[in-house]
Parts: sequence; structure tokens; C-alpha cells
Amino acid sequence: MTTPTQQACIVGVGETEYRRWGGFADQSELQLTCAALATAAADAGLAIDEIDGLCSYAGDRNEPSYMQDNLGLPKLRYASLVWGGGGTGSCGALLHAKTAIESGAADVVAVFRGLCQGQQRRYGQFNAARPGNNFLAPFGMFSPPNMIAPLVQRYMHDFGIKPEEMAEIALSGRDNATRNPRAVMGKKPMTLEDYLASRMIASPLRLYDCCQENDGACAVIVTSLERARDLRQKPVRILSAAQGTNAGWGTGALGTHNMPVEEYGTGNGTMVARQVYEGAGVTATDIDVAQIYDHFSGLVMMSLENYGFCGRGEAGGFLADGCIRWPNGRLPINTSGGHLSEAYIHGMNLILEGARQIRGTSTSQVRDAELCLVTGGLAGPPSSAAILGA
Amino acid sequence: MSYLPAEIPGPEPLFDDEGFWAACQERRLCFQHCTACGHFRHPPRPVCPKCKSFKFQWTEAADEGELFSFTVVHHGAHPAIGPALPYNIAIVRYPSFDDVRVISNVVDVAPEDLRIGMPLSLLWERCGNGMLVPRYKRRE
Repeated sequence: MTTPTQQACIVGVGETEYRRWGGFADQSELQLTCAALATAAADAGLAIDEIDGLCSYAGDRNEPSYMQDNLGLPKLRYASLVWGGGGTGSCGALLHAKTAIESGAADVVAVFRGLCQGQQRRYGQFNAARPGNNFLAPFGMFSPPNMIAPLVQRYMHDFGIKPEEMAEIALSGRDNATRNPRAVMGKKPMTLEDYLASRMIASPLRLYDCCQENDGACAVIVTSLERARDLRQKPVRILSAAQGTNAGWGTGALGTHNMPVEEYGTGNGTMVARQVYEGAGVTATDIDVAQIYDHFSGLVMMSLENYGFCGRGEAGGFLADGCIRWPNGRLPINTSGGHLSEAYIHGMNLILEGARQIRGTSTSQVRDAELCLVTGGLAGPPSSAAILGA
Repeated sequence: MSYLPAEIPGPEPLFDDEGFWAACQERRLCFQHCTACGHFRHPPRPVCPKCKSFKFQWTEAADEGELFSFTVVHHGAHPAIGPALPYNIAIVRYPSFDDVRVISNVVDVAPEDLRIGMPLSLLWERCGNGMLVPRYKRRE
């Protein structure tokens, strides 16, 4: 049983500038990642040397050995990597950090993602190393939009969801981005006409339904509530963090498409939702604001259902009613602009925005926000989630 | 003439899926059929998810494929795919084989005419490495 003073909190947030794919020709991904950690430590009011734990999630190339070398960490006591592709493990890495802090395995843990696709490969292009390619590539299923689109197609067909309803996710995110100076797309307001005129990538997904491809890095510093009391920022408690997948999903939408037939258009978030709510002892109605992993807008609709904000098949109406809009919607989401309009840093930037909401410092601040849900990935199991609280 | 260009990757059979591709070369679409509990599974893998048995046989599918879902791809994500755009990717369901689904393409239906639930029939096409792969046409 964790005592209250041991409870893990986010005490520092830091990020580099976010740029479009290939935007950093002058700094390496490793340098950017170290810079994000240094900024997060300074934000917390902690010396970099105090960091004794490092957590990231699959796909991060900035291994702890490089990070320790470059940052000169005197003692590294905990280093972990969460399984799962893309940003599915973002909140899983928070779970590791929370576990490390609350068990005493580490005192100060940095959770980070460094992502310079421009110095590596493009996520939106064929990846020869993808497991299961024999059943994908010969049929032209090369990239995540190809893989996710059939799920969204089936879901929209089953429930009569209209493109104008799905558009709301991109439009709301862009509107929030216009208030956020860090957002890559912040200077480009979008209308419904712009959205509907954008080119089809893989039906029903248009260009603005797909996340950006960006370069940048971000990090949070996690320590105990007791330690947090002496630090610079208002602590953001990690009330719960969870990973989960429903049975039978396997590689799900990013591979076999042989998940249970009745769950096909769901995205596979119900178990992780149950876990994260139980862990925090709250329900969907208690959540004030959410940062929902928006690699593709169609999956955000499924997440709204998985996490209990509306019933099965009701996301279209929920969106049409303005429920996700800042400031007056019942559940403002992706208040920084999310992956669609702020930047795609594999969910890590959503965690930072969740922390800002609880601190009260977001550029689209939800009044009196006490609980923020953050989700990591969907459709590529196991996905993850966390609930942050004041 | 094949639905997709010869320059895109073809299957490279390995361990778990060798039997599947071998059957394809004989123009037979086969699914793994657990000999302990009778459960069908696809794509191929060593263990039955239902009863955990490692024993199975290859059983040929009936001509009952239906279009479970699809996408029409307009933005190419492989250097060789350009000439094929726009092309469809079909998720084909086999209801009496425990709803296994095959990822493939429908070769004779225009993008605007694709409909979820459409009955489909198998056909075979060669990909660039000379192997036969399953594709589909509208079933009358």
C-alpha cells in the first residue's frame, strides 16, 4: 500500500521546439532528447544529477547508456522500456516511473520521448521490418493509415457516423492549436470546408484525420509527493496509470485484423479504461479534461466510447453536440492541439499537456480542472492510459 | 497482369506460415484448424488461442468470403505503388471458419461500388517474386 507521501507526481515538464519532419538538420535526436530532460529538470527546480531513473517506450533510440553518458548522471538505478509500437506505451512509461518511485527503486525518474523521424525513417512509409508483413505488404497495406482505415470504415458504417462528425476532432484540435505557440500548425486555422476539401489518404481518412510527422523531444520528471513539496511547481499526482489489451487482439489493426469480430470497430480500449479508472477510484463522469491519443481521428471517436464518455456508437452525436470543444464542451480534449495540430511526439506531448491542465497553465485551460485523463495509443496493443490529478 | 505492381514486396515464407503459402502455390486457401478443439485461426501461428494445443491441420476454405471492411488508398506509402493508385485493401471474412479475416484486394470493383457485406470469390495472382497470392472478385 502506497502511503500518501510516496505517491508519484509529475514535478517538471520540458520540451524542445517542435518542427515538421526533417526540421532539425543542426541538432541530433540525442541532443534534443537531452535538452528536453534538462528543461524538465530546470522546470522542476532539480539538478540533472538528481535523476536516477530513465523510462521510455518502444521505438526510442535514446538508450539509457547514451543518456547517462551525455547527461553525466552519477547514479542510474532504474532504466526501463515499455513494449508496444509508436506511442502505445507513453502512459505505460508513466506506470513504470510511478512504480519505481512508489517502490523506492528510484527517487527521481525522467520519462521521455526523443523523435527525429527526419534523421531516421518516415512512419508514414513502408517499413520492411514490420512483423507479419507477409500478410500485409503484398496487398498494399504499407503504413498506419492503410491499417487503421478499415477499422474506421467499419465503425462509421455500423453506426452511421458522418464525415462532418469525425471532422470535429481535427477542427477542435486545430482551434486549440491556434492558442498554443508551440503548435506546429498553430498559425493555420481550419474550417469544415478546408477539412472536407483535404485529400483522401485512405478512405475514410482524409489528410487532416492523420497525425503530423514531426521532430522534437519532450520529457517529464516524476518523484514522490514528499519530495515534490520542496520543489518549484505545483505537483501533479499520477493517480493511476495502466496498460491493457482485450483478449484476442494480437497485433490488431496494425497487423492481423483478426481481433474478435464484434470488437473490430472499437480500437481495443475497454480493458485499459477499466484498469485506469479503478486504479484512481474514479469514473468517466469525474474527468474534467482529456488528452486522447489522436494518431487518427477515427480512433479518437472509439476512445471516447471505450473510456465511457459516451455510449457505443454515440461518438458522432457527442462530437456534433460540441462536447469536446474548449471552453464550453462537457469534455474538452487535446487542449494543446494534440498530435493532429500541436505535434506528434508519440503521446509524450499529451502527457505534458495533461500536467499543464492540472497546474492550471494550459493555453486552453479548462476552468477548475482537477482530473485529466491521458491515453497512449490505440489499436496497436497493449495501449496505456493515466489519470493525473491535483 | 496483377492488381498491384510487381515491384512491391511479395511473401517470404518463414516457419509458421510456410504451410499457408505452400497451399497457395497449389491455388488452395487454407486456414489452420486445431485438431484438439476444432478452432480455426489466421494468420498462421504455432498455438491455438482457444485450447493452447500445438496440433493443427490445414483446412481449405469454402467459397464464402464477404467484404467485412475495406479502404481505398489514395496516398502511396511505397515507392513502387504509384501506378496502382487508387487501389483498395479488403478485409475478407469467412463466417463459418470462426470469422477469420484475410487481408487482400478486390480486383474487379470500382472504388465507389465497394460495399461492406459484398459476397466475394477467390482468384489467384502472381506477385513479383513469382508466388501466387489470394485476391478476390465480386461473387455473382
